Amino acid sequence: MSEPIIRLQNVNKWYGQFHVLKDLNLDVAPGERIVICGPSGSGKSTMIRCINRLEEHQEGQIIVDGTELTNDLKQIEAIRRDVGMVFQHFNLFPHMTVLENLTLGPVWVLKRPKAEAEATAMKYLERVRIPDQANKFPGQLSGGQQQRVAIARSLCMNPKIMLFDEPTSALDPEMVKEVLDVMVELAEETGMTMLCVTHEMGFARKVADRVIFMDHGEIIEQNAPDAFFDTPQNERTKLFLSQILH
Amino acid sequence: MDHTLPGADRLPPRVDTGVIGWLRSRLFSSPLNAILTILALWLLLMAVPALIDYLFVKPDFAATTAAQCRETGGYCWAFVREKHRLILFGIYPYDEQWRPLLASVILVGAIVCSCIRWFWKPFLGLLWVVALVAVGVLMWGGVLGLTYVENAKWGGLPLTLILSTFGIAFAFPFGLLLALGRRSHMPGVKAVCVVYIELIRGVPLVSLLFMSSVMLPLFLPEGFSIDKLLRAQIAIILFAAAYVAETVRGGLQAIPKGQYEGADSLGLGYWQQMRKIILPQALKIVIPPLVGIFISLFKDTSLVVIIGIFDLTQAAKAAVSDAVWRGFSTESYLFISAIYFIFCYSISRYSLSLERKLDQGQHR
Repeated sequence: MSEPIIRLQNVNKWYGQFHVLKDLNLDVAPGERIVICGPSGSGKSTMIRCINRLEEHQEGQIIVDGTELTNDLKQIEAIRRDVGMVFQHFNLFPHMTVLENLTLGPVWVLKRPKAEAEATAMKYLERVRIPDQANKFPGQLSGGQQQRVAIARSLCMNPKIMLFDEPTSALDPEMVKEVLDVMVELAEETGMTMLCVTHEMGFARKVADRVIFMDHGEIIEQNAPDAFFDTPQNERTKLFLSQILH
Repeated sequence: MDHTLPGADRLPPRVDTGVIGWLRSRLFSSPLNAILTILALWLLLMAVPALIDYLFVKPDFAATTAAQCRETGGYCWAFVREKHRLILFGIYPYDEQWRPLLASVILVGAIVCSCIRWFWKPFLGLLWVVALVAVGVLMWGGVLGLTYVENAKWGGLPLTLILSTFGIAFAFPFGLLLALGRRSHMPGVKAVCVVYIELIRGVPLVSLLFMSSVMLPLFLPEGFSIDKLLRAQIAIILFAAAYVAETVRGGLQAIPKGQYEGADSLGLGYWQQMRKIILPQALKIVIPPLVGIFISLFKDTSLVVIIGIFDLTQAAKAAVSDAVWRGFSTESYLFISAIYFIFCYSISRYSLSLERKLDQGQHR
């Protein structure tokens, strides 16, 4: 295995007295696609939010692309430039048009010329199949369209790693597929490293290299998707899978 | 056979439309509502004709002296004709009063330009520099063949305009910084901002003006003095900034955490986040209370009378103190009330239109 692009070593985190992450260890290889699942409150969102420092870990080491996450603001901003994130509730900027949402990062963070940033933005809007919505405001789009804009916004930063925090959980059922299709395409056509917290098991089987099951702040089990779903080892994994697969 | 499809659109029922429908739903929808409507109509009926009678029917428009005015009753327009220049320009030298007039027009012009979106370009700054230099030259004089007029002689409307324009222009950015400081994670910055805001908000403007005018000189070294007008201006700025800060803080708190996280995940720095993401949304929310603060600041400038600055209100008072025109204080105060109202109402209308403009196309 080549040098990991993300390495978590004995990571611990508490919310007050509550121990959310317990001695987590995880290595992610460049280009690897990981799906993380687990019951709510198991710490899966917290873990990926630690990777771009939206949450602070209190013990242990997180190394992203060779840089350790510390309190150094400059380093945090540098890592965030290389790590894209897609949120459950999209977090688009409602006072800006779709195109402005997409060019904001490239123009202000990467210091690209505006015309170039707009060309890139249009390229990614076509990729997520909504180039005709470029001049609308987020509030005028459906949930599925908004999430695709959010994916395009992250891609415009040309990240090495993409984090997805339950990207389809807030969507109406008929819109889940359009977002998953975009994510599958992204996984298949680019060599991007992806970490995705989701309960879409069809998606996991299709694109994941590895599925991780978390419970109570620990990684209970991890395996290639077929083995993970067909022959789960741990009792808690079996119980969880039986509950979500009906 | 009727071939209307099951999903075809129909118009809404006509019962609630039209004049009768409007009257019924808006004015007489319940017994209480009907009583309130009749009460309001009765009040209007009492007030409006009486006011018209007082202002336009009774008075003798040809009257030129106080005696004639007293005879006819009603609003004394002769008083306004006689005293409007004193009220508008205070004790500024009479023959030079075209200068404060022009200065006021330039100032109002610059403010109006700043309100129009088309002007929101870098040259607006240049326009303000030119406008302020022009106002300064006109008011002080001493160059270009204009006689020098010290600012102790300034008064009336231009003074009110200057105090409130600079008051708003400086209190707003200062208040913004205070609001950001109060939400800062740095305990030192936060403590300073909290103490400042609470201290200023716990003190009436009158006492701040007194302190700036009476106490401040005691602390300054001998021979060193700040102009009285400037001191009043600073007191107004410091006062309004604390209120702006608290209002803006309310707006900042209304912005969902996800907006910060979205901005964070793109790698935007703190000031970039504030400037591009957070403040545009927060300020839009607080336009109504913010405009409220600006309107009260405009009116609160009248409190500078207590340290002997000759603003619009003080000028109105002075106009009535003339022995010949004694007893016409209603005329005088109605006149300045009308001036205050025109400015405040314009600000209020502008804020409404701004809200509507910023709201276009973006519903959450």
